[in-house]
Amino acid sequence: MSPSVRLQEMIRVIRSARTQGEERGVIQRECAAIRAQFRQADNGGRSHNLAKLLYVHMLGYPAHFGQMECVRLIASPRYNEKRVGYLGAMMLLDENQDASLLITNSIKNDLAHSSQYVQSLALCTLACMGSAEMCRDLAPEIDRLLRASSSYIKKKATLCAVHIVRKVPELGELFTPAARALLAEKNHGVLHGAVILITELCERNAQTLVQFREAVPELVHIMRGLVTSGYSPEHTVAGISDPFLQVRILRLLRILGRNNDTASDAMNDLLAQVATNTDSSKTAGSAVLYETVLTVMDIKSESGLRVLAVNILGRFLLNNDRNIRYISMTSLQKIVSTDHNAVQRHRGTIVDCLKDQDASVKRRALELSLALVSAINIRSMMKELLLFLSTCPPELKSHAASGIFNAAERYSPSQRWHIDTILHVLITAGADVRDETVPNLIQLITNASQLHCYTVHKLYRALVADISQQPLVQVACWCIGEYGDSLLQGDCEETEPIQVTEDDILDALETVLQSHMSSPATRGFALTATMKLSTRITENVDRIRSIVSIYGSCMDVELQQRAVEYNALFKKYDHMRAAVLEKMPVMDRSSMGQTNGESGGGGVQELEPTKPKQPEMMVAPQPASQVGGGEGGGGHGF
Amino acid sequence: MHFLLLFSRQGRLRLQKWFTPTPEREKKKIIRDMTAMVLARKPKTCNFLHWMDLKVVYKRYASLFFCLAIDDQENELLALEILHRYVELLDKYFGNVCELDIIFNFEKAYFILDEFLIGGEVQETSKQTVARCIERLSSLRNSCRRLRL
Repeated sequence: MSPSVRLQEMIRVIRSARTQGEERGVIQRECAAIRAQFRQADNGGRSHNLAKLLYVHMLGYPAHFGQMECVRLIASPRYNEKRVGYLGAMMLLDENQDASLLITNSIKNDLAHSSQYVQSLALCTLACMGSAEMCRDLAPEIDRLLRASSSYIKKKATLCAVHIVRKVPELGELFTPAARALLAEKNHGVLHGAVILITELCERNAQTLVQFREAVPELVHIMRGLVTSGYSPEHTVAGISDPFLQVRILRLLRILGRNNDTASDAMNDLLAQVATNTDSSKTAGSAVLYETVLTVMDIKSESGLRVLAVNILGRFLLNNDRNIRYISMTSLQKIVSTDHNAVQRHRGTIVDCLKDQDASVKRRALELSLALVSAINIRSMMKELLLFLSTCPPELKSHAASGIFNAAERYSPSQRWHIDTILHVLITAGADVRDETVPNLIQLITNASQLHCYTVHKLYRALVADISQQPLVQVACWCIGEYGDSLLQGDCEETEPIQVTEDDILDALETVLQSHMSSPATRGFALTATMKLSTRITENVDRIRSIVSIYGSCMDVELQQRAVEYNALFKKYDHMRAAVLEKMPVMDRSSMGQTNGESGGGGVQELEPTKPKQPEMMVAPQPASQVGGGEGGGGHGF
Repeated sequence: MHFLLLFSRQGRLRLQKWFTPTPEREKKKIIRDMTAMVLARKPKTCNFLHWMDLKVVYKRYASLFFCLAIDDQENELLALEILHRYVELLDKYFGNVCELDIIFNFEKAYFILDEFLIGGEVQETSKQTVARCIERLSSLRNSCRRLRL
């Protein structure tokens, strides 16, 4: 039986194993047999044994005992054995293994072999796993091959040189002359490798970069030849002549033209030509156009060319292929800060992409949309963003919500619009907003004094409809506590009139207090609001008193403390209750994060500084204490 | 390019080519992560992923996923073309290639890959030239075997 069938037979046996254990058993037996074979003298089946081992290795089993066999096979004069030996070296030996050094000599010999196929094996392996030491050793050999050999070998040697330069950048100087000469090659494979080599050299050495700038006209000429050439069976892919080479040349031009006016000028016309003449109906053409756009945006190109590039990206947005839509958006994201106006022209299409099926595209569209919001388009953009928020996937909700808040804060056309927007977000995505939203919103509401009535009405309605979204409930409770009297009046210019009785309000707050959905912080808000209402309403003060005293024995320590203090306010300090629970003054932003009354002592004349207790200050969670930060003297540890 | 992986829909690895030195344990982890990520993708999503600081380009051909990890600088659309070219070369050699061909002839899949890519870069941009090389090497291999060379 020929050895190769034994390999395939082994594969068949392994695959037919029904359990993991059975497979392991088969493989252990095979490995034992292989080890035994390795120890024997040359028996003609060596390459197949190694191949078997490599298969086993791919399944995830250890195969390090095959390393020395690789070394031996590489040194064999037989081509098939060399071939499997080199394959084994590439799979089992990397530069971190000691055994890898042992093959250096074999590679050296094989690089000078009479058969180009053997040379090719050596080149491939060196480029795959050559360590820095091996590279240093063999670099002169590679340089020799770069200059005088067949195209078949030259193209491989060039990529080997690329690997060497990546590993040992100093050796770049050795290859620079040869690289320059290779640009004159007609063979596409060699030319492609040469362009890559020059790219690597230029990226690592500034002087080489300057030197190769002189080659820009030559590169432009080659590129022009590719773009204008007709069909070639060897190189045409979907109507594009050698897209691989075109993309690499464009990338090299990008590096050469960066920060340099002369070089950028020299390539301007060519880039315009590529941008206009390349057919982007298939991926190959789109790849070339994409690279062209990247190059145009990175070099010092004329503004007309830049606009052309952005328009290409805009066209990509309308492409049926979602890959192209995706990369268009990643590119637009990169340039939205530098070429803002150009990108703005495509805002409509970008906003449409918010409705795309693909989650990655949606995410990109969100980022871009947020970057494109401005004072002029805020109203229409916000409509789209809010619509997006209600239908977007859960992982994007939080990001969308904070983006919307930022945009609203920077560009809101009116306070009422701002409040409406924030309310809308809280209702749609309340669970996903960040913690600081609540105090920010409270501060905003306090500052819009003419809208207190409107705001409290809206919030009351929202609260009655749904008490599950904590940030919304917290803000609603706070407002009801502060502006409950407006609510009771029932009359508000900006919303429909609604009859709300004191009992209704207290019912709502009690529901929040008792609901298992309410977090402890929310309960705190609700209790404080209830307490504040004792001075805003007239008939049901007793009800408030009883609610507060019930919570005096609540299990939650925070709530209990509050309730006890409020009780005290009712009992011992009733004469102060009205003053303590007065409406909050308008806070300004700067006083928000400051502690212990360094701030805004200005607006607090209503409160007498000798108050023994200020319930809002004491045990309130962050928002109320920030709120109270403006009331100087409040935070002094009562 | 950093690595190329081929795996089945069940996550079984069929080919792995690493273009940067990576420790064995790291390789296993990467393979696990890649297969999990790619297999979790819904059908109508784009072929690009982000993983660590790399871009991952993947495409499904019949029952195999072809997965290529590239640098931030590299062109994703071209990477798709590279994957496609490799599939075309396999198809040309095996004739209507399927997963079983790659399982039972994995060394040949590597030999074909090594005529197309070297050191993580494309070495030959002409499909015909690569296909001709592969044919020549295949007959060389057969004749060597016959002559026990």
